Amino acid sequence: MQGLIDRLTALLNDGTVARVLGWKKGDMPYNPEPAIFNSAEELKDFVYDGFCGANLSKMMIEATKLEGKTAVCLKPCDTYSFNQLIREHRVNRDNAYIIGVGCRGKLDIEKIKKDAKGITEISGTELDGQEKVTIKTIYGDKEINYTDALLGRCHVCKGKEHMIADETWGESKDTADQERFEEVQKLEAMTAEERFEFFKNELSKCIRCNACRNVCPACSCRKCVFDNTKFDAQQKANVDSFEEKMFHIIRAFHVAGRCTDCGECSRVCPEGIPLHLFNRKFIKDIDKYYGEFQAGKDPEAQSPLTDFTFEDIEPGERG
Amino acid sequence: MSVNENGEFRPLIVAFCCNWCSYAGADLAGSSRLSYPADVKIIRVPCSGRVNPMFILRAFERGADGVIICGCHPGDCHYSTGNYYARRRMTLLFSMLDYIGVENGRTRVEWCSAAEGAKFSKTMNEFCEKIASLGKNVRLGDLRCKD
Ligand code: SF4
Ligand code: SF4
Ligand code: SF4
Repeated sequence: MQGLIDRLTALLNDGTVARVLGWKKGDMPYNPEPAIFNSAEELKDFVYDGFCGANLSKMMIEATKLEGKTAVCLKPCDTYSFNQLIREHRVNRDNAYIIGVGCRGKLDIEKIKKDAKGITEISGTELDGQEKVTIKTIYGDKEINYTDALLGRCHVCKGKEHMIADETWGESKDTADQERFEEVQKLEAMTAEERFEFFKNELSKCIRCNACRNVCPACSCRKCVFDNTKFDAQQKANVDSFEEKMFHIIRAFHVAGRCTDCGECSRVCPEGIPLHLFNRKFIKDIDKYYGEFQAGKDPEAQSPLTDFTFEDIEPGERG
Repeated sequence: MSVNENGEFRPLIVAFCCNWCSYAGADLAGSSRLSYPADVKIIRVPCSGRVNPMFILRAFERGADGVIICGCHPGDCHYSTGNYYARRRMTLLFSMLDYIGVENGRTRVEWCSAAEGAKFSKTMNEFCEKIASLGKNVRLGDLRCKD
């Protein structure tokens, strides 16, 4: 991490960039937060460890409007989101200096908390850290394998190559060990009755906090439909009402073809709702009906929903 | 949904018809004295591409038992390509509805030209029968919208 801080300091000092967008230490050992650093001085709080899951690309929408360049640290998966934002003319590429940071997977604190309560300190989560993470708690020390505490999205990581970067830093490690569409396939194989129960059960937990929307790089509309008081999404309806599902279907639909499957929505949901199951279903359908497409891979590519062919299948047909 | 004097279930069907083809098709059905059930409520839209997925979900929330979208045949869109985009969107939306476990059969897309009055009437008769057999829409409704 020191190497990265040194490099960022140099970039600030020689005037290449006016500020750095990165993560700074949080009030707990496991919650670093996105932050802007305006001087080399401020970088003393900079951190890049296993808990830096937050995707900083959405914050570049505002940061690239500022005077001078902003250096931003992007993990491999974050670079897809950044490309997609370029595609949508939401960020100014010329005002960004992208440092593609290496990644060996990011940690899910909920998994760690399952058998470690009262955490006071966590060590060994840096990029060049150990295979085992040491957790100090008020009840004594615990150890857990780094790979056992990964976020769900890291098990289906799209790869450790940065889709866009001005320079890269750090060695990545492969973490993908699961099929990306496995969960969706499992659901598809159930009966409609079972699926209905499954989603009803999951979605009834939603407290409509809007965190999933606020964090999503694809949800960057200046005026969001869910802020419209006439949408009546602010107040959650009863569990047996369709309104429960409406919010999620509409949100997934609005990002269909643009969602890079960055996994941020599922990561931030305070209720642990597997929101990726909606987005991945759309991605799977798009792949199947309109040809494989990965949003954010190529900033020039046409989104499948703003495109068509004469031979497209008819709605309701099962291809 | 409504119940007629014999206590029989009558579905409420919302049909989004594009101004240039399907709406004119419905007109032709009327002037040719071809009948289609009064359960079908037509909403005229400029193009099938105008149909936001939310229109469909809203119609269900507010009590529709079936929703059908009618547009010009692919290749005949008044705006050249609107129906092609609609086709992709509806494919994904219908698939999603099926995925979350609500009946897929309550939605349908049909291409119907201004000259196809007979097809319009036949499609609506068929769709009404289908929805009547599926019964009342429970899963897609919103309790707050009940009268
Ligand atoms: S999805 Fe891949 S690149 Fe992104 S945080 Fe997880 S392991 Fe790193
Ligand atoms: S983050 Fe989770 S709880 Fe909050 S609105 Fe989204 S789905 Fe609901
Ligand atoms: S919907 Fe979720 S996975 Fe997709 S881009 Fe938004 S935050 Fe990322």
